[in-house]
Amino acid sequence: MTVYRFTVNAVPVEVAVPGMRRLLDVLREELALTGTKEGCGEGECGACTVLLDGAPVVSCLVPICQVEGTAISTVEGLAPDATTLDDLQTAFLETGGAQCGICTPGMLMAARAYLDAGGGPDDDAIREAIAGNLCRCTGYTKIIEAIARAASGARTAAGGTSR
Amino acid sequence: MPSDGGGVTVHGSLQCPYYVHAALKRGLAMDDRQARVVQAETGGGFGGKEEYPSVISLHAALLAGKAGRAVRMIYDRHEDLAATTKRHPAIVRHRTGVTRDGRLVAQEIEIVMDGGAYCTLTPVVLSRGAIHSGGPYRCPNVRIRARATRTNTPPNGAFRGFGAPQTEFAAETHLNRIAEALELSPLEIRRRNVYHVGDTTPTGQVLRSSVAGEEVLERAAEAAEFERLRARHDAARVLRAGSGTIPGSPLRTERDRVASGIGLALAWHGAGFTGSGEVHLASVASIELTGDGRIDILVAATEIGQGTRTIFPQLVADALDVPFEAVDIAPQDTAYVPDSGPTVASRTAMVVGGLLIQAAGRLRAEVEGTTGGTFAATYREYARERGPLRIDQRFEPYPGVGFDDATYRGDAYPAFGWAACVASVDVDLDTGEVHVRDVLAVDDIGKVIHPVLAEGQVEGGTLQAVGYATIEEIKLRDGRYLNDRLATYIIPTSLDAPRITTILVEAPFDGVPHGAKGVGELPMDVGAPAVVAAIAAATGIWINDLPASPERILAALANVPAAAPLRPGASEPAPAAGSAAAGAGR
Repeated sequence: MTVYRFTVNAVPVEVAVPGMRRLLDVLREELALTGTKEGCGEGECGACTVLLDGAPVVSCLVPICQVEGTAISTVEGLAPDATTLDDLQTAFLETGGAQCGICTPGMLMAARAYLDAGGGPDDDAIREAIAGNLCRCTGYTKIIEAIARAASGARTAAGGTSR
Repeated sequence: MPSDGGGVTVHGSLQCPYYVHAALKRGLAMDDRQARVVQAETGGGFGGKEEYPSVISLHAALLAGKAGRAVRMIYDRHEDLAATTKRHPAIVRHRTGVTRDGRLVAQEIEIVMDGGAYCTLTPVVLSRGAIHSGGPYRCPNVRIRARATRTNTPPNGAFRGFGAPQTEFAAETHLNRIAEALELSPLEIRRRNVYHVGDTTPTGQVLRSSVAGEEVLERAAEAAEFERLRARHDAARVLRAGSGTIPGSPLRTERDRVASGIGLALAWHGAGFTGSGEVHLASVASIELTGDGRIDILVAATEIGQGTRTIFPQLVADALDVPFEAVDIAPQDTAYVPDSGPTVASRTAMVVGGLLIQAAGRLRAEVEGTTGGTFAATYREYARERGPLRIDQRFEPYPGVGFDDATYRGDAYPAFGWAACVASVDVDLDTGEVHVRDVLAVDDIGKVIHPVLAEGQVEGGTLQAVGYATIEEIKLRDGRYLNDRLATYIIPTSLDAPRITTILVEAPFDGVPHGAKGVGELPMDVGAPAVVAAIAAATGIWINDLPASPERILAALANVPAAAPLRPGASEPAPAAGSAAAGAGR
């Protein structure tokens, strides 16, 4: 088996697994990062969304051989430390943006990518950004509210750019 | 995983730990202690995990016993959709007698539900569906015939609303047709018939209190400016009718591709188990003051995203007058928690929440009676000196509430929640697609415990209802599902979701100390009839067969019979069975 090297949440890792093993499985099984969820296993629901070199990808459709040399960000890496939450996590918590929790990790990562690309609090733009992430619980209302709140906060704090 | 003494422990994604516990005991001939079930948190419910976890748990337990070690069993989404229960398809027929001024005098309702190949919860789904089938309206003469059939599909079971969304869709749509025939507005006909305090339901239940149908109706109509917008859409539709310049499309003009409409619906939803269900359940909820001075809630009610783990500590902290943080909730593990009943039927906040407040009251009285101080100031000292104290609170029938299973007469539910909903839609006259733009939801849930969580239930239920109304359809051939994956079974995305505005109304239920009724299922009952009424307001066509898909809308617009939906298990298209969809099938 080939050894694949990449970073997860800025920590270098190497795994020896078959090249077609799904990134989702490597994260959950080999690396024990179970924050990333499997919702459908076929790229429809977005629950397994992680960032690959900053871009949102559905990790159920990414074979590990494509991950070699890249930087992966997962929901475990969002909070800067054990006692501080990411702005988005705080906003989800405050607005009720999470219910059962299955879509939440992927939703947070899709929203993080949106904010990192300079996305603002505009309702339509947020709906577009999370259109690939299904939620069965919330009706999306409070998720959109949470992302808008984080976007407004980020803009106020950093004069137009998020972290 | 196998445990000592021939037992087994099952961890799983489930709604009802004690249902699984009972299944393990019965299926594997185990006693109370040998079978142990632990809910693994994360993941929703919506009824899909009410019953099937018992089957899956038995399979996993058998495998673990055979292997002599822990096993893990996962249904991927495709297997889940292929094998687990769906909402019961239903055919509902109404004949209604009505006075010239729009008062209901007689209802004759016939319901057929498709139970699938194996009977699961079908009798109780049918029961709830039948009891709700007249809608929230007084009518002196009612005959309801309800039956379920066995077919060759996977079994149908519990899904949010439990039979009521199907029958109330029929009731509301039928009432709109009556209003149309009498040239009354949908608001006015509801005003004239909605239940008031003192009215009697078809089971002979006198609605004594907590009756808020009129209030939710009026508040929804007012906040959504229903009559003004309806008049505007009606005028636009009349102007356009027959002016279509596109062949086969009577409404599509050069200028207007989109027709807009607004629709109203009203519903009721019984909180808790039907009939004497709660009496048979005899739920127990407990609070323990531990030896080291912690306050622990012991219940089997699961957190499935709806907020159990937030509202229970809230209620108990309030009753004990201690900070929220002082109250813990134990894991949903049958080795530790009593059977407080299943997490279904919109019963958790009302029934189990009520038991916890009563338990907290007894705990408080005991501690304060002993120490002479306030509970908050003295409970730690009490625990240190006297050791742990556990209060078990068993369900007692609510005062004056009774139901006779044999005659089917009496109080079908201790209380009803009431909901009104106004939907605004755009119908694309070229594609038949419906975009639900806005929904205003007004829900009476008795007492709001946590406004953010309660709104979350209403918003989520509203979107599920919009999906039910417009896009969600499981198709069958030879008894198998054709679209059993998320690539083919479509649910609404953020782009499909309307802007949802929620107004919460409080008409408290006096049988429980906190006044709360249910919220989980209520919003599921009103969304579909409101959306279909809005489509009719936009186009003049009535869709009787859900979902109001582009195919059905285009066919109705062109006045061509829609393709007959495949009836359960049919390998050939069924002949038109007197339901709305008729004609040549595929």
